[in-house]
Amino acid sequence: MQRVPLIFRLLQNDRGGQVMMALLVFIAVVIPVFNLLIPADSALHVSTYTVTLLGKYLTYALLAIALDLVWGYCGILSLGHAAFFALGGYAMGMYLMRQIGDRGVYGNPELPDFMVFLNWSELPWYWYGFDMFWFAMLMVMVVPGLLAFVFGWFAFKSRVTGVYLSIITQALTYALMLAFFRNEMGFGGNNGLTDFKDILGFSLQEDSTRVGLFLASALALAAGYLFSRYVVTSKLGKVVRAVRDAEDRARFCGYRVENYKVWIFVASAILAGIAGALYVPQVGIINPGEFSPLNSIELVVWVAVGGRGTLYGAVSGAFIVNYAKTYFTGALPEAWLYALGALFIVVTIYLPKGLVGLYQQYRSRKGLEQAS
Amino acid sequence: MKKLDQIRETMRRDQVFSFMANGYSHPVVKGEVDVSHSTILYVEDVSVSFDGFKALNDLNLYIDDGELRCIIGPNGAGKTTMMDVITGKTRPDEGSAFFGQTMDLTQMSEYEIASAGIGRKFQKPTVFPEHSVFENLELALHMDKRVWPSLFSILSGEQLDRIDEILETIGLKDQRDIAAKLLSHGQKQWLEIGMLLMQEPRLLLVDEPIAGMTHQETERTAELLLSLAGKHSVVVVEHDMEFVRSIARKVTVLHEGSVLSEGTMDEVQNDPRVVEVYLGE
Repeated sequence: MQRVPLIFRLLQNDRGGQVMMALLVFIAVVIPVFNLLIPADSALHVSTYTVTLLGKYLTYALLAIALDLVWGYCGILSLGHAAFFALGGYAMGMYLMRQIGDRGVYGNPELPDFMVFLNWSELPWYWYGFDMFWFAMLMVMVVPGLLAFVFGWFAFKSRVTGVYLSIITQALTYALMLAFFRNEMGFGGNNGLTDFKDILGFSLQEDSTRVGLFLASALALAAGYLFSRYVVTSKLGKVVRAVRDAEDRARFCGYRVENYKVWIFVASAILAGIAGALYVPQVGIINPGEFSPLNSIELVVWVAVGGRGTLYGAVSGAFIVNYAKTYFTGALPEAWLYALGALFIVVTIYLPKGLVGLYQQYRSRKGLEQAS
Repeated sequence: MKKLDQIRETMRRDQVFSFMANGYSHPVVKGEVDVSHSTILYVEDVSVSFDGFKALNDLNLYIDDGELRCIIGPNGAGKTTMMDVITGKTRPDEGSAFFGQTMDLTQMSEYEIASAGIGRKFQKPTVFPEHSVFENLELALHMDKRVWPSLFSILSGEQLDRIDEILETIGLKDQRDIAAKLLSHGQKQWLEIGMLLMQEPRLLLVDEPIAGMTHQETERTAELLLSLAGKHSVVVVEHDMEFVRSIARKVTVLHEGSVLSEGTMDEVQNDPRVVEVYLGE
């Protein structure tokens, strides 16, 4: 038997994934070229604003994959997944804050501006180490992962499922939001962390840095997709889907269901954290609003619109809904929330499998017609 | 009163002193069923009550290694509760349940009991609907079931052969790659039996295997169960007398949580107490 490289093996029998990867590679090549090499007055020039917007969508898509892992494959409807995204974002934000150094308004080389403003004399212990990039990146994964582990351990061991679990996750993100709003927490209160200057020595105002972040997001999305694909096609993925469909049966087959749930929940939280860390330098701010329950619900809508349990469905959902959001909030700002609500209702009633399901239905109908 | 119980316990002639049993007579090998007395399941003096209702009342049941036993009884006789006690889903208020000589089922959790070699088939066929028939069997395969090993596990040739062998046994070779939800009712039941077999159980508990089956399917199920006895011990709970007659060598009748009668089908059917329970006074 000829050995096929892992990356191709993962995308076998995954048409949607192949198309998505091809598109991803395409925009990762074309967008930087059209932004950096084509002069600004040309019609083909892609503005840096667009690059950053797309980069933001890419991180959203990664977040959607993370939710699809737990919701689409394991049946755990988390209504607080944006909390892990925000925690990853805060970890990145803390690194970017420390990079400002003495260029802040108060010129304090050690303390971020908001701490000087609060008359703090020294850095809190939990800010130590965030001046080092590797440590901050480690925390981007460790903090959401650890929270997911502790939360999942208690919730899944005590066999909390269904709507109760969804409510607890919602409460979790709400509690975090309230906590991060407080100035004493030392995360900048309701202003959050902002005024970032540079990342790894590259100025965040430069077009090339923006393109770099865009490429990093595309790369992270591709890697996250392949990782998730590996997980769901492995034996573990089969067990997780089995837990979704018939939890008791899986238990009688000898699987420790709780451990599988905790594992997939933690893996998903880490992916969400990475997405958050890439999101923050591109939008230039992280504040407690990111923890708001509405964000998590919006995230659920992306995945529902795209289609659960396919991974690429979540990616397409994230792009479509966010493009619609960008358009609506520009054209009819008041209408967006109504549109979002209507979208959720329409999808739940008429498209239980999302747009991907609609397409599959169309394909199979066409196939039947051809056969007959 | 307590003293008296203690003395009685010490004077019992049907078992060795516990301090001697430990380490002298039967070496306890972890994860292995000790059937040196050719009995695989001991259920002794088990009582279970739910809110005052006695579901099981001093139940005694012994299953020999490799035998096919049918258990019958009217509704509410405690058949399902008995299965629950054996599989660890319900803990008995009193009494003991041993798997082989050494494994105390009342001290083990559900997944431990499953991996020790007791498989259970539920009344309603529960298979994994979205997985293919092959994947259903793969999931049930007797192997490392921890999380990390599952992430990297690849089926060996031996394991593939084993799955194919079971596919042959349950007659679903042609349905190998079909999603389980598309199978007929009878096929689902066989698939579930196949899944139990994948776990290489020593003891199979089968709850009403032919409910809702066509005549042909019933016949095939009888054949299947008969072919399993010998290699495995099989306990079948069933209402259908004709079916029980066609497969049973030994029948146990449960009534109000305890054993009413035990023997061959003919003996049981001629037992006046059984007649009374089934036909009324």
